[in-house]
Parts: sequence; structure tokens; C-alpha cells
Amino acid sequence: MNLSTWTWLLVGLTFSAYLAIAIWSRAVSTGAFYVAEKSIHPVMNGMATAADWMSAGSFISMASLISFMGRDGSMYLMGWTGGYVLLALCLAPYLRKYGKYTVPHFIGDRYDSKAARLIALICTVFISFTYVAGQMRGVGLVFSRFLNVPINTGVLIGMLIVFFTAALGGMKGTTYTQVVQYCVLIAAYMIPAIFISVLLTGNPIPQLGYGSSINAAGAEQLHNPALQGRYLLDVLDGLHHDLGFAAYTSGLRPRLDLFCIVLALMVGTAGLPHVIVRFFTVRRVSDARSSAGWALVFIAILYTTAPAVAAFARTNFLLTIHGQSYAEAPQWFHNWEATGLVRFTDHNGDGIMQYADNVEQSEIAIDRDILVLANPEIAGLPNWVIALVTAGGLAAALSTAAGLLLVISAAVAHDLVKGIVKPDLSETSELLLARASTAVAVVIAGLFGIYPPGFVAQVVAFAFGLAAASLFPVLLCGVFSRRVNTAGAMTGMLAGLLFTSGYIIYFKYIDPAANGPEHWWFGISPEGIGTVGMLLNFACLLLVSKLTPPPAPRIRALVDDLRSPGEQTRLTLTAERRAMENRR
Amino acid sequence: MARPNDSYWRTNLGYILTLLLIWFGVSFGGGILAVDTLDRWQVAGFGLGFWVANQGSILVFCLLIGIYSLLMKRLDRRHAARTADGDPRQ
Repeated sequence: MNLSTWTWLLVGLTFSAYLAIAIWSRAVSTGAFYVAEKSIHPVMNGMATAADWMSAGSFISMASLISFMGRDGSMYLMGWTGGYVLLALCLAPYLRKYGKYTVPHFIGDRYDSKAARLIALICTVFISFTYVAGQMRGVGLVFSRFLNVPINTGVLIGMLIVFFTAALGGMKGTTYTQVVQYCVLIAAYMIPAIFISVLLTGNPIPQLGYGSSINAAGAEQLHNPALQGRYLLDVLDGLHHDLGFAAYTSGLRPRLDLFCIVLALMVGTAGLPHVIVRFFTVRRVSDARSSAGWALVFIAILYTTAPAVAAFARTNFLLTIHGQSYAEAPQWFHNWEATGLVRFTDHNGDGIMQYADNVEQSEIAIDRDILVLANPEIAGLPNWVIALVTAGGLAAALSTAAGLLLVISAAVAHDLVKGIVKPDLSETSELLLARASTAVAVVIAGLFGIYPPGFVAQVVAFAFGLAAASLFPVLLCGVFSRRVNTAGAMTGMLAGLLFTSGYIIYFKYIDPAANGPEHWWFGISPEGIGTVGMLLNFACLLLVSKLTPPPAPRIRALVDDLRSPGEQTRLTLTAERRAMENRR
Repeated sequence: MARPNDSYWRTNLGYILTLLLIWFGVSFGGGILAVDTLDRWQVAGFGLGFWVANQGSILVFCLLIGIYSLLMKRLDRRHAARTADGDPRQ
């Protein structure tokens, strides 16, 4: 079978599975729609969280970025996994114990203020929309490259699938779909990685393969018999040396900037509403802890493979393209040239492709996002593997998009309308409203995908910085301090939010020319500034709280409740009793 | 002022602080600040620092959550047993 048949087959099969699950597991109550009736098994929730968390960025772009950044790329690897430790130890169990449906709801109750809830809600919606834009764009790109569909049609198909999973299935349907999507995406990531690892080093475990030496078959694949028996990473460092680059295994970024970026990504992860809310869906408090562990294990399978994929792709690319004649360029090079994402400009007219660090001098321009998608072609793998990568990329983007849209719809229906504007809303109307707001959010997300707001990767950095600077400190202190109060939370959130978005907007949009280490404060890049915003938030939160009266005894009792063992807080118990009486 | 569940919470805080120290040491210490020093040791084809930054830290993160989850299960069990015995210290 040819590539396009395989691709349509696999994409069609997986999409029908997602639709079938959405219809089979429709949500019929707000409890099912927001938190899947709190009935999800921790391992299953771990898988769903992994799919929810690993976006088009993790699947498509991350390994490519690492292969261009060398060791500095580890900032993504550590930054996007370390947050789960914070989640499991400091947030997930307590928020699960509180038992409400959304992050703004917890903040509103803990700080006893509708205004605080509103600010949290704005942060939530803003973070989720910036994030979802990138996902829809990713869907469109994958469709256009592998299925020869215009980007906009691709985005429309993606919108349709996401709408069905999120609006019909709610959290319940989305969870089951995400479990399937995790299986698809991890298979799609691992199979080519294993193939390439075996091909180059003979080691079937890619995580270890890139630390192994190149074997005879690998040396042949790379057209250089002299490479046999040498460590792959040493070969790569050597290639970099010959090209005049810094060694692949060395880092260039200043320590402080690296430190800030990693911390911002970690804390941002722990503060992302669509990740936190996944831990509301398990049955017990202890499940929230173990579930975070499972999620990280499932994520780690991909994240420990990514640096291997990056190193393989880099080696393959440098040895099969650089210094070769354009007339003999491999077929994959021409396939990608057609998309405009790979370009060859023969500066010196010798017909040889010369790669260089400097964009002006390099004769090969390669888009930093495509290596994972192109990797199976580069290694000459069978068509079904390439088709599987397509299905995997779509699964990664769609699962994240669905999770984000649920958060947006819950924020609008549950926090804005039910919580603030019209508290006497009936459950049926709230459910209808939640579905309707999912539909509206899907349309807006689709528009972002068709008319992308600037460069997508930049926007995602924005989402993490804001989550770190606005939500994380108030959530953490809400549990670990009995003293923080409304005034502190409001000042903290606003200070973190305004400072971080101000810094990013200035360097990315107002004066992009000044976006360089010499103008950054203390050399901290916009990607890492969320760390400073977070510290500012903590400082305001603690200081203002100290200067103003402590929270009401009722709130302090709530915090004590959150910290004690047991499954429910007294407050949730009273609220549930009241709800039951109302129903009678 | 003695609050209920004080010992439970204090033990929990102890666990959290210890594990977070390891978390910080491995990622920010081993993976960023001391990465070049660690690179002096070679493990198979990896420099140790490079490996910690790429994969080692992630494995440690997984272990930390696993350990915390088990420690808290044990603490919950002990606490439940103590409360059932009617121990006033809780």
C-alpha cells in the first residue's frame, strides 16, 4: 500500500475510535461533565493526563528543538516533567480533597472572594486559549503535509473531532478518548525511534541507544564505514566540531537563564488548569498522588526517548545532507522541499549542500519543527510507520485541545455564570451552557488555528509564564499557609500577571528588535521571566497578607481540613447535604 | 495552640521538604549548576552531567512521586489505626 492510503486508513481508524468513545460515554450530569463523576482509576487517569499534557509541541517540536539546541534542550526535558513532583507533593491531593470542579472555584472559596475567583478565571481562560491555538495549528500542519489537505480544512476536521469529544463526552468521554490517544501517540513515537535505534546502533532501546556505539549496519546507513564502533554522541560532537559549532553535548545558554526557564516551566506545569483538573477525576485523595506518579511514568517514556530521537536525527541529517551533492539528495528532502519547510539555496553555485550555523551562510534552511515528522522518512522506514506518526501527531494535538476546551467551558459555565452572574442556575441549564461554551470555544480555537496569532511556540511560552506567575503561588499558599488572605491573593495574582505579561509583550510584540540578552533584565529571557513573576507574586501575597487582618476562622478551619487525612472536607460535606435537601 | 492532626501534618511536611530537596538537587543542581563537573565522569556513551540533564533527572522525578505516594499511604494507615485506638494525640 502506498503512503497516502496507509495514512488515510490509520487516521480514519483512530478518528472513528475517538468518535465512538465520545458517543458511548456521553456525560449526562455536571459531575460527569466536569470531573467524570470522580470515578477514574489512577492508572487510567495517569494515561489520560499524559495525553492531555503532551501536546503537538511535545510530540512534533520538542525533539527537533533539542536536536538544534544540544544539551541546552534538556531545559524542556526537565522543565516539562519536574512540575509533576510539585503537583503530586504540593497541590493535587489537597485540591482533590477539596472536591470542587475547577481551579477558580477553589481559589474563590479559599480566599473567600468572587473577585479573586474572577481573576483566576481570566488567567485560566487566557492560558488555555493561548495553548489551544498552537494545537489547532499543529492539526492543520499535519493534515496539510501528510494528507494533502489545505491547512484550513485540516483545522476544520480537527475542530469537529474535538467538539464531539469535549462537548458530548465532557470530562468522562474525554478521559476515555485520551487513554486511547495516549496509546496511539506513544506507539507512534516509540516505533520509529526503536527502528532508528536498531538501524544505527543495534540497540532496541532508544533511550540507551543514543549512548551506544554505531554498529556496522549503522555506519553503512550513514555512508561512512569509519564510524563503526564509535559512540554516537562522540561522532556527533566531532561533526559539530568540523562544522565549527559548539559540541552537541555542551551548553551555551547562561546558567541563570537556564535556571529561570526550567523553574518557570516546572512551576507553570504545576499551575496549568487543564493538568490540575485531571486530578479532580480520581476516586480518592491517595489516588491523586499515585495518579500523578503514573502520569509522569507515561510521560517519561516519551520524554526520555526525545533526546535520543534528537541525537539520531541530528546525526542522520548532518551525515546524509551536509556536503552531499544536491543532485543526489534523498527523496525525503524533495518531499519536504515541496512544503517549503526545507530549502536549498546554492550560494556558491557548486551544487553541494553546505550547512552552517549562520542563517545567511547556510545553504540549507530547515524548519525547526519538522524533524520528528521527517525522521521516519529520513531513516527510510516503511510507509505504515510514517502513517502512524501522522496519526500520533494528530492524537497528541487533539487530546490536549479537548482537555483545554473543557477547562475553558467549565470556567465559563461553572465559574462565570453559575458562580458569579447567576448562582440559581439549574443543573440542566448549567450542563447545556457548558456544552454551548465548548462549542463557542472550539470555534475561537479554530480561528486561532487558521489565523495564528504570531509565532505559536512563543505563545506557548507565554502560557507557562502566566501559569507560574499567576495561579501557582496562590494555590500553593492556599494550602500551606493559614494566614494568606483575600487582599494578598488579589495583589499577588495581579502583580504576577501584569509583570510577566508586560515583560513578554514588550520583548515579543512591542520592541522585538530589543529581544536579546543585552536588553533582558539580568539576562533572563521572556521564556524564563515567569520565575521572576512567580517570586513577585509570592512576595506580594505574603507581605500584603501580613499587613492585613487574617482570614475568617471558617477559612482557617477549611485549610486545617484540607491538611488532615480523610476523603472529604467538612465544608464539602455541608455543601452536599444542603444540595441534597434542596433537591428534596 | 495545638491543632488536630498536628503530627500527621508535620510528618507530611517533613516528607515533602526532604523529597523536594532531592528534586531540587538533582534537577537544578545536577542538571544545570554542576552539569559540567558531572560530565567528567563517563557512563557508556554519555557524559554523566549530560545524562542527568537529559534522562536521569526524569527518572528521579518518577521515583520521588512513587516514594511519596507510598509514604503517605503508610502514614494514612497508621493514622487511621491510631484514631481507631482512641489515642488522644491523634
